[in-house]
Amino acid sequence: MTYTSRRAIGLALTSLTGLAAFLMVAMLVIILLDVVANGASHVTWTFLTQPPSDGMMGGGIFPAIVGTAALTLLMTLAVMPVGVLTAVYLHEYAPPGSLLARWVRVAVVNLAGVPSIVFGLFGLGFFILFVGRGMDRVLGYEEMHWAQPGILWASLTLAVLTLPVVIVSTEEALRAVPLDHRTASLALGATQSQTLVRVVLPGALPGILTGAVLAISRGAGEVAPILFTGAAYFLPDLPSHLNSQFMHLGYHTYVLATQSPDVEATRPLLYATVLVLLMLTFALNLVAVIIRTRTRRKAAGAH
Amino acid sequence: MQQGLAESSMAAVPRLSPAARRRQLREKVIAGFITLMAFTGIAALILIIVFVAKEALALFLEEEARHEASLSKMFLPQVVRQGKPAAFVWQPVSSVPKVSMIPLFIGTLKTTIVSMVVAVPVGVFGALYAAEFAPRRLRELLKPVIELLAGIPSVVLGFFALMVMATVLQDTFGLHTRLNALVAGVGLALAIVPVIFTVAEDSLTAVPRSYREASLALGATPWETAWKVVLPAAAPGILAACVLGFGRAIGETMIVLMASGNAAIVSASLGDSVRSLSATIAAEMGEVVVGSPHYSLLFFIGVQLFLFTFVLNMLASTWTKKVMKRLTGSAS
Repeated sequence: MTYTSRRAIGLALTSLTGLAAFLMVAMLVIILLDVVANGASHVTWTFLTQPPSDGMMGGGIFPAIVGTAALTLLMTLAVMPVGVLTAVYLHEYAPPGSLLARWVRVAVVNLAGVPSIVFGLFGLGFFILFVGRGMDRVLGYEEMHWAQPGILWASLTLAVLTLPVVIVSTEEALRAVPLDHRTASLALGATQSQTLVRVVLPGALPGILTGAVLAISRGAGEVAPILFTGAAYFLPDLPSHLNSQFMHLGYHTYVLATQSPDVEATRPLLYATVLVLLMLTFALNLVAVIIRTRTRRKAAGAH
Repeated sequence: MQQGLAESSMAAVPRLSPAARRRQLREKVIAGFITLMAFTGIAALILIIVFVAKEALALFLEEEARHEASLSKMFLPQVVRQGKPAAFVWQPVSSVPKVSMIPLFIGTLKTTIVSMVVAVPVGVFGALYAAEFAPRRLRELLKPVIELLAGIPSVVLGFFALMVMATVLQDTFGLHTRLNALVAGVGLALAIVPVIFTVAEDSLTAVPRSYREASLALGATPWETAWKVVLPAAAPGILAACVLGFGRAIGETMIVLMASGNAAIVSASLGDSVRSLSATIAAEMGEVVVGSPHYSLLFFIGVQLFLFTFVLNMLASTWTKKVMKRLTGSAS
């Protein structure tokens, strides 16, 4: 091959791969511009604070915002202790070559790949029909009380879905805590659990928070798992009990987009809802990125 | 001799004060509790398969369900109307339910293949650009952009496919239905590109610098180094990236539910509406009678989705481990 043809191929390959990279950036920009251009003018104070009206053709999305927030709050409360302690086991307590640790890792990898709709089936089959029915029987409810879709079951389903996110990012955070800190603490006579609580976990806190934020942003956007575990089509009341159904930004988007009687009339509302949902998830992602870069800078400065 | 050793080592152990013994016990309890928590992930995975399979089991155990939705009715062509040729039809709520899963398989396959054809070149080439050719500034910009793309909820991508892409694609290709396999597939591609990019980029950057330096020292140009040295070295990881993307595409629900048109049509055309396995569960579970054959059928679809993605994930994680082991000598 001559020098020129080699250079030509090189240029072609560089531009081709560059084009692929550009395409990804372009898609993100197009989606954002489309949503902002069509939705921004409809995101008003009334839109954010009013329930939907006129058969979802007017009004706002207040119950959906509250529902999404309550759902993700409950989910976070459920997933964080379990996820963090699992990561603590994997990184701090598991003996080297531990079989259990290996199995936990395999489970985490596979859990991350289970389709979200299967989590929905699991939530229905396990939480509602098994746990819920069992609770009704034990607590002596005559009619269905726990054995029905509700915010508790939906958030527990999401907690299982986001468990791998928390475990993986917490483990990464634990890895970033220098070994010296642990040995120094142990050498001073602290026990392993004292070292964990006073030295390791505080050191890993930013990373753990990043994981929590990522889990929240993932969980807040998932719709498939809550389709039959608690999300409601239209519900002007806010969820008041753990077994109440709730409105949700993502589910509301799905409903407006696919079941509206008048597409043109709901279009502005739909775009505004999507914009709010996107801003929420992006804000969370941004917080995660900021915490991460800050910690990295701090860690880099310490060495 | 041995006894003597044992005795002396016994004597070397200091006698613990009650406080120290309490402390030791507390440490043991805490370690036990943490170990117990570590079982949660494993338990969750087992509970998922057990409780999804449990609801599907009626298909094989109950007489009525076995009659209405036998394996042959699910997978073999059935005579739907007298005098017509046997066909594959999914109509689980008609007076005589027709439960062939073949249209759903075809629908899933069509959207998945479209998404792979779009996402694999874009994701892998994009990763190659980021890892090999991009100036450092651009590369630092690409990663957060991909993270943002990955952070878009799938319901938003489905919405975008439904509202914007459907019209664009229909006008471009002159399709007779607005919502079809092509739209859903391109929408799916948006969801799996970040997965493919991230994993591919990881494996490409894991290739040691010495490989590149050796190649360049032998007189190869940067593109020859990238194409003939770095890419092959990272090949198992790239393959894993594609397999992971494939698994995501099979299981992704909201995009297909919103953008595919949801008609279970058996055809080869990408311009026809399709119904995928995952969207079928999402669309039909809401109206189904708990415990009916149709209900068990939907859970059976869930079992199949679980098994497909499980196998694909195991393959992908084996291959990513392989590339890391080959390149760095450790499997982490």
